[in-house]
Amino acid sequence: MSNDRRLSAPGQLAAGDELAPGGTATAELPDEPLAEFAAKHGLRASAQRPPAGRYIRNLWQRRHFILAFATAKNIALYTEARLGQLWQVLTPLLNAGVYFLIFGLLLHISRGIPNYLGFLVTGVFVFNFTQRAYISTSTVITDSLPLIRALRFPRAALPLAYVMIEVEQMLLSMVVLAVIVLITGEPLTWYWLLAIPALLLQTVFNVGSGLAVARLGSTVNDFSQLLPFLMRTWLYVSGVLFSISTLGIAHKYITILQLNPAAIYITLVRNAILQTQRQSQPGAQPYNAQLCREWHTVGHSAHATKQQQMLSAYCHPVTNPAHYWYYGIAWAVLALVVGFYFFWRAEAKYGRG
Amino acid sequence: MAAAEPMVVVDDLHVVYRVYGAGGDKGTAATALLRIMGRKTRGSIREVHAIRGVSFVAYRGDAVGVIGRNGSGKTTLLRAIAGLLPPEQGNVYTDGEAALLGVNAALLDDLTGERNVVLGCLAMGMTKKETREKYPGIADFSGVGEFIDLPMKTYSSGMGSRLRFAIAASKSQDILLVDEALATGDAEFRVKSHARIEELRGDAGTVFLVAHNLEEVELTCNRVIWMERGQIVTQGEDVIGIIDRYIEASGGAPVERDPVTGARIHSRIPAKT
Repeated sequence: MSNDRRLSAPGQLAAGDELAPGGTATAELPDEPLAEFAAKHGLRASAQRPPAGRYIRNLWQRRHFILAFATAKNIALYTEARLGQLWQVLTPLLNAGVYFLIFGLLLHISRGIPNYLGFLVTGVFVFNFTQRAYISTSTVITDSLPLIRALRFPRAALPLAYVMIEVEQMLLSMVVLAVIVLITGEPLTWYWLLAIPALLLQTVFNVGSGLAVARLGSTVNDFSQLLPFLMRTWLYVSGVLFSISTLGIAHKYITILQLNPAAIYITLVRNAILQTQRQSQPGAQPYNAQLCREWHTVGHSAHATKQQQMLSAYCHPVTNPAHYWYYGIAWAVLALVVGFYFFWRAEAKYGRG
Repeated sequence: MAAAEPMVVVDDLHVVYRVYGAGGDKGTAATALLRIMGRKTRGSIREVHAIRGVSFVAYRGDAVGVIGRNGSGKTTLLRAIAGLLPPEQGNVYTDGEAALLGVNAALLDDLTGERNVVLGCLAMGMTKKETREKYPGIADFSGVGEFIDLPMKTYSSGMGSRLRFAIAASKSQDILLVDEALATGDAEFRVKSHARIEELRGDAGTVFLVAHNLEEVELTCNRVIWMERGQIVTQGEDVIGIIDRYIEASGGAPVERDPVTGARIHSRIPAKT
């Protein structure tokens, strides 16, 4: 215990309080100071956080618990609903439907994005993976208080299990996504396999940052109230509903937005499964000043033909797609290391009432 | 006792709870805004000094009963031993891990008893194989019968605490902390759980038992700690003597005892078989 956690209110002992009578209370105690006595017999402070190495080993030992907990929770999640497990598929479908209705049909926000439905649904589903992981991990400690207070195990097992629930959910929604994308006319190609490493990286990212969110949610009481607003802001700046490159803001801000982790993983998946995206990527074709200028003038307009929309492929690349992979890896590793450290630091504090 | 191996050393332990929004403030949005505008730290923070300088040593094979009135800090003490409440001052040292078995510790309410057993075992660090081996024993011990397939929230409080006890007691815990968990069980279950606690003590574990049923403490424990307002009034191995003094201090009628064995003449707990 550090000094700042020392007894803060000695005055709490009210004046009239009687202390333990006689010497009976301290009878049977060894003569030496208790701390030395405990150390001599190899006892450890009970509220101590284990070193990171042992903590990770303990965590690895509980891997079956993590998986079993995730499966059990996933089943229990929908037992109250009449349609049961069907909601795992219905939820992402309805989500995509709402966004398509508002942004695709009513607001005409597509701004020359080819296959807007495929573009939108991919973005919504990939973003949802991170969003759901955060929303659930923000309350995992408070949700599991009885478990935490009854049994000793590395607490990081709980947020990990919650992220695993979302992985299962995400895999289902990816099946739905594949069907939608094929219906919108995208071809099934070998590029689709690239979605697997992209989603794996996103999973690592979610695990790491989910650990951090779990600690914030357990210590900052107001965090889970604030989180939905943070997530919605993140959704709007990550190019889920529109292409970031078409925003009317300074170029450097566009680059920053494009490099944020959500946008990176969304773009990686889009480029994997949407041929229209791959072909319209700036720099997908050799640079051609004439054709690029044409894209800037007519490609944006709502009346542009598909051919004109694709002309951005002849512009300079904003970010080379290969860089996206490096950023994707970097975000995942960074989130995992920082998130784990941040969560582990407070290990002894989870479960305080 | 000098040669015995200490399992739990509590060294001048102080535990303070901080309660937010206690009294004073009406707790409305307007008062919260005023508080923030005035840059006051939450004026209504109250500190409850629940444990005030407790020291004792428990040894391998001990069953320690903790008695005292409501709010005397018994549950807090167990939580601190389990490492769930960081000490404000002083420290708790344990040899091995402590498992706390509380009356409110519904593990996972929305899952079936069966799932709770499996998850409980896995969380305690058992392998899948061990869990499979232990499962029938736990289900049998808990005696919840066919209810094992139903979510735990449908259980009566007695059934719930039986299942929880069965799970936590299935592993030879180094230190088992039982907080009123046996209070709701029926007579048959009490006999079984006493036998199990004896067994755990035999496996070189240490058991702490918080109970308002003093007879239970008498029958199970070889040592007793009497707490009052976060401090130890007295502790020792004279279980019956301390309990009688406690009953006297709380104004209860003295217990009629067999002059030789000290056993209660009107016992409400069936004899062990």
